[in-house]
This record gives sequence, structure tokens and C-alpha cells, in this order.
Amino acid sequence: MKKNSLLFLAGAIIVLTLGFLMPWLLRNPFYFFAGYVVLQYVTIATGWNILGGYAGYINFGAAGFFGAGVYLSAFLFTTFGLPLPLCILAAAIVGAVLGVLMGYLTLRIQGVYFAIATLGLVVVLETIVHNISGLGGASGMAVYGPRPPAWSLGPSQYNFTVMVVIAVASVALARWVEISWIGRGLRAVRASEDAAECSGVPTLRLKLVACALSGAVLAAAGAPYPFYTSFVEPVTAFSLIIGLNAIAMPLIGGTRTWVGPVIGALLLASVQQIATVTISSELNILFVGAVLIAFVAFAPGGISDLFGRNKGRARP
Amino acid sequence: MLSIDILLNAIVTGILLGSVYASLALGLGITFGILHIPNIAHPTLVVAGAFFVYTLTQWGIDPIVAAVIGLVPFYLLGVVLYAFYSAVFERKGGANVLQSLTLFFGLSLVIEILLSLGFGSELKSVSVSYIGLSLKLGVLTVPYRLLIPALLAPVTIAAVWLYLSRTNSGTAIRAVAHEERALSIAGLNPASVKRHAFGIATATAVIAGAALIMVGPIEPFAGRYQIGRVFAIVVLAGMGSIPGSLVIAIIIGIAEALVSSYLNPSWSPGVAFAILLLGLALRPQGLFGAAR
Repeated sequence: MKKNSLLFLAGAIIVLTLGFLMPWLLRNPFYFFAGYVVLQYVTIATGWNILGGYAGYINFGAAGFFGAGVYLSAFLFTTFGLPLPLCILAAAIVGAVLGVLMGYLTLRIQGVYFAIATLGLVVVLETIVHNISGLGGASGMAVYGPRPPAWSLGPSQYNFTVMVVIAVASVALARWVEISWIGRGLRAVRASEDAAECSGVPTLRLKLVACALSGAVLAAAGAPYPFYTSFVEPVTAFSLIIGLNAIAMPLIGGTRTWVGPVIGALLLASVQQIATVTISSELNILFVGAVLIAFVAFAPGGISDLFGRNKGRARP
Repeated sequence: MLSIDILLNAIVTGILLGSVYASLALGLGITFGILHIPNIAHPTLVVAGAFFVYTLTQWGIDPIVAAVIGLVPFYLLGVVLYAFYSAVFERKGGANVLQSLTLFFGLSLVIEILLSLGFGSELKSVSVSYIGLSLKLGVLTVPYRLLIPALLAPVTIAAVWLYLSRTNSGTAIRAVAHEERALSIAGLNPASVKRHAFGIATATAVIAGAALIMVGPIEPFAGRYQIGRVFAIVVLAGMGSIPGSLVIAIIIGIAEALVSSYLNPSWSPGVAFAILLLGLALRPQGLFGAAR
């Protein structure tokens, strides 16, 4: 375990260094524009998986947390001129609070009800944002992002670098959850909630912790988004495709380890980036839907299971 | 005096809207409420039903007649869907909730995209002679486009409820949810009973679809705005309580109508979910159901 952690640390440092050096290696800003989205989905899939994968509680409301992060950071920046790192931090805190609130309302009841309630979160938040004129209401608001710092080559590159940091931090958090006592407890919840409760696992508390962490990562993933697009409006901030991808990516990659969502997100998001350029976005959704059905039906363990890396591992 | 007019009209509109919502939720009351299959694709199937009705009305067929014609193909569609679902999951010893929810989620996306590729993403509506006229009763103004769909709901709900409670095959459907093994001991095939139930649930979608497209124009992605309402109705009614769902649907309809006439129509999509969240937090077993 110790050796694995060192390896993980080394890997994280390599990815971060690459992320910072990339702008000098690749000149075309489009790569960073597209790469941002891929990394954003790595973060979203990882955040979703903390609750959905480890604990087996599916959250259809990933877009709700994401949108909350988007709007909070847009609001804090345009109103108080808060710097981006503080916006991200604030979004993470609000995401965690939202997660706990939602969890507290619904987690005492099992599975399905939780999933349905999360569907509602998106609608409720979107309705609220629609009705607040200070946030631009339905027509949205323009966000003129901060000037990128001097060391960065341009806004696309800077946003990309920020997203690299967020993605690596989220994956590290997910991995920590997975190997710590929290992960063990969550796996017990996933296997049998009643048995876990009887053996003295504090199931409600663990689920609330998972909700908070998951919510924090999902909201943090949304925080740099206003600066990436320079414009926020409710329909894209709470977009269905985010909620869909948040579920599809971990399921395709594999939900049991931190590797699964990363693989799933890298694959699916890259394909989508290519697909939106080459074919229509409707066919893009159709493709994701079909892939999702295929994986649920024929390979429920995801890609990481298909390739047998974790075959020896005991099923929780 | 004027405010009483508004209040009365809002309440009546709410009752009629709620009745339409109840017919949207009816199929889910069977699949989710009785069979415990979390079919979140149901609202999308309703939209598919609406588009089926729309297509037939283009040839001059009345929407209600079109819905009755649609019963058979939609029943078969449901049977096929269930056969697929059970081929995927039941042989592995029952589905876990995560997987079946995801399956239906993927399915609803595929249906939505196919509808939007086939019909375009513009709003579609039906035009019938009685649409556009209103019934005036004193201070009340009731448009027929709302009244007629609202009358469809109690009729279908009563028919389904009578079928489930008075006939042998209806009893089998209610039994399969309770104790599958006992049913097979009694000599019935649980898989075929469930397939039949799923078929009936999907067949109700075309009636709900006719109601929906009569009330107002519809686009392929309209199902997504109904997911909250229909689940709120089924869950709050208490799983499997079909008459209870009519009462809850009407409560939600009235709440939405009051919110949109006193506050702002843009708040009303959140109402059903707010009621659902409160209901789940305060009374998880539903208002009319027994604890599960």
C-alpha cells in the first residue's frame, strides 16, 4: 500500500508538471480549449464516483452541484472580484454543504428515493437561478474573467492549468477516500447496508461524508467554468449532458476504484470532443446513451474490470 | 372580489392539471409502485405516445381515438422493453437499482434523440375543433383543452384499478411484487406476469401522451420536466396506491397553479420537487401507503 501511494504521488507530480509545461510544448490554443473539457469531466466523474461508485448511491443531480459551482464563482467574481482560487474554494465549500443538506433530507431512505431526489435538486436549483435577476435570470450573464497571470501564455492555457490542478487534487482525494476507513465503510454500505449497520458501521455518517466530498468536487469542477466560457446561463450550467456524463463515465470505466472514472472520462470526453467537432451534438448524445446501455447490459464492471486489473480483488 | 375569482380559477385549473399529471404517473405507479422497477424512462415514453398521437392526428384522426389505437403498439413496446430488461438483469439474479436506473436513463435519452431526429426539435401541437374553446361557469373559465384531458385520467385510472383489484390477472400482478416464488409455486410464470404488467404500464403512456399534447404543444425533450412530478406523485401516494396517486397529483396541481398565479409561472417547475423533498423527509412511507 505504501509503495502504491508513492507511485501515485510520483504519477500526480508528473501529470502536474506536464500540465504546467504543456503550453510551451503545444502552440495551438484549441488543444487547451478541448483539454479543459476533458479534465473537467475527469473531475466530475471522479467526484460522482465517491458517492455513486464507492457507496452505490447514484446521484442524477451532478449538474445541480456543477451549476451551483458555476454560478457561485461567477457571482463572487463579478460582485466582489474574488480571485479564482478563492472562488474554487468557496464553490467546494458550498458544494459540500449542498451535499450534506441533500443527504440529510434523503439518505435515511434507501437507494431509489435518493436517486429521484437528486433529479429534483437540478430542477429546483435551476428554477431558483432562473428567478434571481442578480444572476442574469434566464438570459444569463457575461463574466469577464481575470487576466491570466504573467507566466501563462493565454486564457485557454491558464484555464487548462487550473483544471489540471483541480483534476489531480480530486483524483488524489478520491484515492484517499478509497484506501482509508471511509472507503472501507462505504464499500460495506454498498454491499449490504443492513449488515453494515448491524456490524457497527456508522452508515448515515459515512454516507453524509461521501455526499459532502462528492458535492465539493462536483462544485469545484464548475467553478472555473464562467472564466472558460465568459458567459453563464442556466441551461448550460445545469445541462443534462453533465449529469449524464457524470454517470456514464464511471460506469464505462469501472466504479470500484479511482482509476475507472479517470479512464472513462478520458475516453468518453475525448470521443465527445472529436464528435462535437465532426458530427452533430444530438448524435453525440445518442452515442453516449447507446454506449451507456451497452455497458450496463453487457459489461457492468466497466473497462477496468474487462481488462482484468482488478479481477483478483474481492467483490465488496 | 377579483382575488376570489383568481383563487377559484387557480384551484380549478390546479385540479384539472393534477388530473393530467395523474395520468402521466399511472404507468409509473405500475412499474415503480408495484413492480419496483425504477422506470425513469416513463415520462419519455409518454412523450413518445404524444408524438404517436400527433402523427395520427395529422391524418385527421381525433386524438382520443388515436390514443386508443396506440394502446396495442405501446403494449407491445412495453413487452419488448421488459423482455430486454429481464434478459439483461433477471438472469443475473435481480437487478441492482443503480444499473436499472442507468439503463432506463440511457433508454430515455435514446428515445428523446430518436424523436428529435424524426420530428425535429420544434414544438408540436394538435388541432381539434374543441381546442381553443372554453366552458364558462359563472366566474370560472375552463378551457376544453384542459377539461377533456383531465377527464381522461379518472377514467383510465379507474379502469386500471378495477383491472388490478377485480380480475385474476390483475391480482397476479399485485402478487408478483409481493412474493415471486409463491406465484411460481401456484403455477404462474412470474416473468410473463411482469411482462404483461409492464406492457399495460407502457400502454397507459399513449393515453397520457394524448392528454399531454392536448393540454399544450410538446417537444421531444418535454419528458424531462415531468420526471419530478411523476415520481413525486408515485412516491408520495405510497408505492402502489393508484387511487392515492390521483389525490396527490391534484394536490401538486393545485400547488403549482397557486404558485404560478400568485408568484410567477417560472417558479412552478420547482414545486413538485419541493413537495417531494419535504414529503420524503417528513413521511417516507407516503401519504396513503404502508411502510415498506
